[in-house]
Amino acid sequence: MNPDELQKIADRIVAMAAPGEQVEAVVAWSRDTEVRAFEGEVEHFVSADSAGVGIRMISGGKQGLSWAGVLDDAALLECLAEARDNASFGSVDPHAGLAEPDGVEPEELFLFDERLVHADTEEKIRLAVELEAQVRAGDPRIFGIESADYADSVMATALASTTGIRRSSAETSVYLGVYALAGDDEDTTTGFGFSVGRALQDLDLAAAAHEAVQRCIRLLGATKAPSERLTVVLHPYVTSQFLSLIADMLSGESVIRGRSPFAGRVGDSIAAPSFTMFDDATDPLSPTASDTDGEGLACRAVPLIDAGVLSGYLHNAYTARVAGTSSTGSAQRGSHRAAPGVGPHVIKLAPGELSAEEIVSQVGDGFLVYDIAGLHSGVNPVSGDLSVGADGVRIRGGELAEGIREVTIGSTLQKMLGDVVAIGSDLTYFPWESTGVTLAIADVTMSGQ
Amino acid sequence: MLEEPTIQRVLAAAASRGADFAEIFAEEKRSSSALLDDGRIEELTSGRDRGAGIRVVVGESTGFAHTSDLSEAGLIAAAETAAAAARGTGGGTTIVDLDRVNAKRPNLVRIMPGDVPKAKKVELLLTANEMARAEGAAITQVSARYADSHRRILVANTDGILGTDDQVKTLFSISAVASGDTGMQTGRESIGRTVGFELFDSYEVADLARTAAQRAITKLAARPAPSGEMTVVIGPGGGGVMFHEACGHGLEADLVGKGASVFAGRLGEQVASSLVTLVDDGTMGGEWGCFAIDDEGRPAQRNVLIQDGILVDYMWDGLRARAEGRASSGNGRRQSYQHLPMVRMTNTYLLGGTSTPEEILSDTESGVYISHLGGGQVNTATGDFVFGMTEAYLIEGGQITEPLREGNLIGNGPAVLTAIDAVGNDFAMGGPGTCGKDGQGVPVGDGVPTLRVATGLTIGGTAA
Repeated sequence: MNPDELQKIADRIVAMAAPGEQVEAVVAWSRDTEVRAFEGEVEHFVSADSAGVGIRMISGGKQGLSWAGVLDDAALLECLAEARDNASFGSVDPHAGLAEPDGVEPEELFLFDERLVHADTEEKIRLAVELEAQVRAGDPRIFGIESADYADSVMATALASTTGIRRSSAETSVYLGVYALAGDDEDTTTGFGFSVGRALQDLDLAAAAHEAVQRCIRLLGATKAPSERLTVVLHPYVTSQFLSLIADMLSGESVIRGRSPFAGRVGDSIAAPSFTMFDDATDPLSPTASDTDGEGLACRAVPLIDAGVLSGYLHNAYTARVAGTSSTGSAQRGSHRAAPGVGPHVIKLAPGELSAEEIVSQVGDGFLVYDIAGLHSGVNPVSGDLSVGADGVRIRGGELAEGIREVTIGSTLQKMLGDVVAIGSDLTYFPWESTGVTLAIADVTMSGQ
Repeated sequence: MLEEPTIQRVLAAAASRGADFAEIFAEEKRSSSALLDDGRIEELTSGRDRGAGIRVVVGESTGFAHTSDLSEAGLIAAAETAAAAARGTGGGTTIVDLDRVNAKRPNLVRIMPGDVPKAKKVELLLTANEMARAEGAAITQVSARYADSHRRILVANTDGILGTDDQVKTLFSISAVASGDTGMQTGRESIGRTVGFELFDSYEVADLARTAAQRAITKLAARPAPSGEMTVVIGPGGGGVMFHEACGHGLEADLVGKGASVFAGRLGEQVASSLVTLVDDGTMGGEWGCFAIDDEGRPAQRNVLIQDGILVDYMWDGLRARAEGRASSGNGRRQSYQHLPMVRMTNTYLLGGTSTPEEILSDTESGVYISHLGGGQVNTATGDFVFGMTEAYLIEGGQITEPLREGNLIGNGPAVLTAIDAVGNDFAMGGPGTCGKDGQGVPVGDGVPTLRVATGLTIGGTAA
């Protein structure tokens, strides 16, 4: 379905609002293809269309939601009636309300690449098969492939509301990803690689394969290390996960609920002076850039931490109203099933001057962290306590030394922000809402033997 | 949901280009939830989904398509897409008569949540909020969630299986934040069972609220967790997730088949301490991971995976079982009709032993007692895992002493299994979980008695 057809459905629902009711309808459609290759053959090929509608109703300061995975008239009517009924059970909230148009015009971004719509199925299969083959051939120690996938999606969404917001858009995305196994009798390691874009032509298969092979073999023979306090150097992939967490704590939702260690601290110094973080929501190079947010407002750049000083939070219409400010265009909706939450689009650190190699050399003695595990179980977003599983390479005398695995690194996020000692110039994009750079943080506890 | 002649024609369309196996999985699901936060009922949400997924297997290749259109025309269109995706070249299976699977329902639902007035669900949330806050002025924030779902499935395939199931689940969770001089700490508690609204005849939300609030308050006085390798005692019910993650995933036949498991090729070997018997059981009445039939139409089973330390069997779905010429173990599950089934766990637990929990503790000179593990993840190929400790204490001189702040616990599955040197007689199931694998989430349960892991676990604390 195209955005115009979806917009018509959304408009129709909104037109059924009774006097005094605020109604917002989101209608989404996608066509997805997924190919998994194994041992040179197609293991599975999935092709499907899906659609859904989500309705949010606010009446007398009370909110109700309803969604359906079908778009027939009966389902739409039932969905609206359910949302209305659900609203009657909510508590009255003086701040409840939909987003209001704020006059900010959405930027025109290139999110829909027509070439994907006409892409050849055989070519998609070839990519998955070739990816698997290249990884297997990449190093003699690669002994298995857990998955080698090609996936794409053509999506369209439309939103309409009684407050006068109307917008629809379409987007394409392609993904190539592989998860490989390497080792010998003694040791097994795993590694992944991926490439993303908006059409097949954007994909860099060789780079994805190379990345997976490198991730696999670089930690063969790694062992547990003794516990100590040292400087950690985070790989951009790890930094991006770390930044996502900080962005969560700077979401208006955490802040207005008193669940963020950074609540009420705008203007305070919370990080090293070299640390400047912002949501570059419309960066056209990012796979997660967006023109409008989950409530239909224009996405825009949002400053968060400026030279170590907390400058603000991310807000959707509701959290902004509670906080007495205006939306930053940061409403995020996981799907048509969910109420709009708050989240970043493209979190970025202002890059520094040094390359990753220069940072390693400058740190001299430390731990280069390639990967972390258990981030969500190991971080208390309320207190900021952090302890995550990690692997990587010991840095000695400014050079990469022995591999390390099965250790944890621990601190608190607040302390880590203050202990940032170097920021790399190597801005790296990922298919999630945060970018990364090489980042060095002093005085972190590494727990091992 | 679908008439038998329609099913026959859809399967015929799915197998029309040649197939070794074809299947239709239809699903209708209604769910509702209510959320309390900051003292207010933030919103009620209801949702409905329905559709069917069609799977066609040709040799080692699977074609899959799904549709929300359950009319015969819609289903046949999806079947043709799936057949084209499987790239069959003629030949293969013929359609046989469908034989209805008679699987025992693991429990009867007494009160359908859909029949319960919404006001009653809202009342539960308000009670929980009130009771949690009544635990002390230190409780500064409370959020709670009620959720129920009713899922009806129908599975039919060219092996002649026709099965249906009706799965009702009800869940309640609460999270309390306590604030003090040392900052803020969170305490949580949840209960979820494959039952209807009668869940609340057995569990008082007031008790859940008090437990969550006390957990948060206790942690205010907690000291930073130590770091390094130490002896760990896990409390009853609180650590089943470790066996789910660290052992269970490695016993899934799809991962084993790709060499992505440390347990590959080890059937019949001693892989754990002789005190360890690990079971996966989809038949456990009322538990979060139970069902009558799995999402491939096979009746739920109780499967012993490790018996007295010896690896006895892996878990199987239809596809992997077919390739090995054996029967599925009833572990073929999927998140929804939009997903392909995979080997998944159900309720995974470690059987109780003979020691009393007091004996185990008094015999532990120093270490960490974990009464609650949070979420975690595992690398099945290496067995390395990491979990959050959401409630833990120091053990000193055979006694539980000070509470510890949150930290991660890391280790290696096979190493932990062999290092278990005491298993208690106080088996208990843990809370409801959602297991994620390859982007799909399914409800699972887990359980353990008190047990001790002598070596191999590293606590990742923040204390120097």
